Amino acid sequence: MLVDDLRGMFYIALKDLKAYYFKAPNISWGILFPFAFILAFAIRSPGDLHALVPGLLALTILFGTSSMEAIVIVFERRIGSLERLLLAPVRLPALLAGKLLGGMAFGLTVTLVVLVVSLTVFGSTGTNWLMLVLSLLLSATAFSAMGAYVSVAVREVFDAQTLANFIRFPMMFLGGVFVPLASMPVWLQSLARLFPLTYAVEALRAALSGGSWTTAVLDVGALAIFSLLLYLLAVYTLARHTE
Amino acid sequence: MTEAIQVEGLTKVFTTGKDRPPLRAVDGIDFIVHEGEVFGFLGPNGAGKTSTIRMLTGLSRPTAGTARVLGLDLDKDLPRIKKRIGVVPEASNLYDELTAFDNLVFAMQLYGVPRAERKPRAEVLLQRFHLGEKRDAPFARLSRGMKRALTIAAALAHHPPLVFLDEPTTGLDVMNARNLRGMIANLRDEGVTVFLTTHYLEEAERLCDRVAVIVKGHIVALDTVAGLRSSAQQKTVVEMTLADSDGRQDKKRVECNDGVESAIQSLLGETGGRRVLAVDTLRPSLEDVFVQLTGLSAEVMLSEKGGKGGGNAGG
Repeated sequence: MLVDDLRGMFYIALKDLKAYYFKAPNISWGILFPFAFILAFAIRSPGDLHALVPGLLALTILFGTSSMEAIVIVFERRIGSLERLLLAPVRLPALLAGKLLGGMAFGLTVTLVVLVVSLTVFGSTGTNWLMLVLSLLLSATAFSAMGAYVSVAVREVFDAQTLANFIRFPMMFLGGVFVPLASMPVWLQSLARLFPLTYAVEALRAALSGGSWTTAVLDVGALAIFSLLLYLLAVYTLARHTE
Repeated sequence: MTEAIQVEGLTKVFTTGKDRPPLRAVDGIDFIVHEGEVFGFLGPNGAGKTSTIRMLTGLSRPTAGTARVLGLDLDKDLPRIKKRIGVVPEASNLYDELTAFDNLVFAMQLYGVPRAERKPRAEVLLQRFHLGEKRDAPFARLSRGMKRALTIAAALAHHPPLVFLDEPTTGLDVMNARNLRGMIANLRDEGVTVFLTTHYLEEAERLCDRVAVIVKGHIVALDTVAGLRSSAQQKTVVEMTLADSDGRQDKKRVECNDGVESAIQSLLGETGGRRVLAVDTLRPSLEDVFVQLTGLSAEVMLSEKGGKGGGNAGG
């Protein structure tokens, strides 16, 4: 059964990448959108562009993983093709893990492009590579799980887009992407701690500036917890909706 | 004879909201489907056909009752059952973005068909379902009939010994419906057990070895088509077509109370000098049986499904 689940996960992810993710508009949107935001901010407040790189990477993973993920399941349920997966010899947690894997693979691919450009421009001195890889992987998992939860929580594609933006946009402005967390009022800092993006930005900042594990472990741990909770919530919700 | 499906007391109850009584979509049904037969599940809309299929394929949990599918317990062995059944839902639901070929390969990947077998098997299925020329066309661009054929092909991709077909010809034109019926008949010849729900009585009559009629969640009849016919209260009728000297035609019918010959003799005595153009024996059809059992006319069934579509097709 485990073999069936693992095989199912892999091929569901592969099918999603082929059918939905790796399409020209999706790729260009995934890269351009975060760049446009950062560029707008840099023009408004020119300064240390290097400091914006962790936020740029975090935004790219956030939108790369969750934009399509948030609509894929609800779309497939709408047209009936989700039923094909539910009929297959793949258990529900594995089915959803396959969906997550597709979103993660796309988000990380797009982020890799942004990362290479950033490192080429600003250099890679002091980068903690292991911490960088771990932060990217866990960020992708958390955001993909968030997208999956949005997708199983609603019945219409339009509702999924609305809900995804309702969550992502406040997170984007409070998560330390544009404004350092320390410069925010305490109550806003507390609010920001509820969002996975905050931990993603901090973990990536630590990784890119050679930060120590002592501080990063909290961020990485928080991302792992967000990933697990959102994934379990998505599995539970999908199980309830499919009955 | 080995059983492909054994169902006892299968029940599905849906809650319908506050202050409303629960809906018993399937109400304690019992039946057996033998290996290698085409088993028809007939009934009007809302009778419980799809609810039954959804339970037997693991899409929905029964409220009560037990079922064994291919000798495996539905409650305990669902993953193993899923691996050995093929399901064609009422709506063709493959992936619009994938080509016909890729859809078949994906179906095989999901069910663990060995890598070396996938591509040759996909080619064979495409040829068998007359889709060879549409191999690289996205599913979205196929005609309705082609989509249906490809959905059936995908359900067969992993060689399942049992296939559930939920209203396979609904909405198809006459030619496509006829082709699909030919494909279903071929499945039986290959030893595949087919569980077929349909509202086309003619289809059930042509394809099914045995038929269960379900009404409001209860099975009201289960027999071979011939058995159901003979249980009908209607008797065989002899119909004689007559023509007068001006060419005007008239038909006369008489019930065969004392055999066909006696009925014909009786009709010949009523010709009044007119020419006899034809003599036909009319046996009760499955439609007559259905009307008798359900109180619904066949037309009502068809109109519920949005028109006659494939139901008129021969073959």
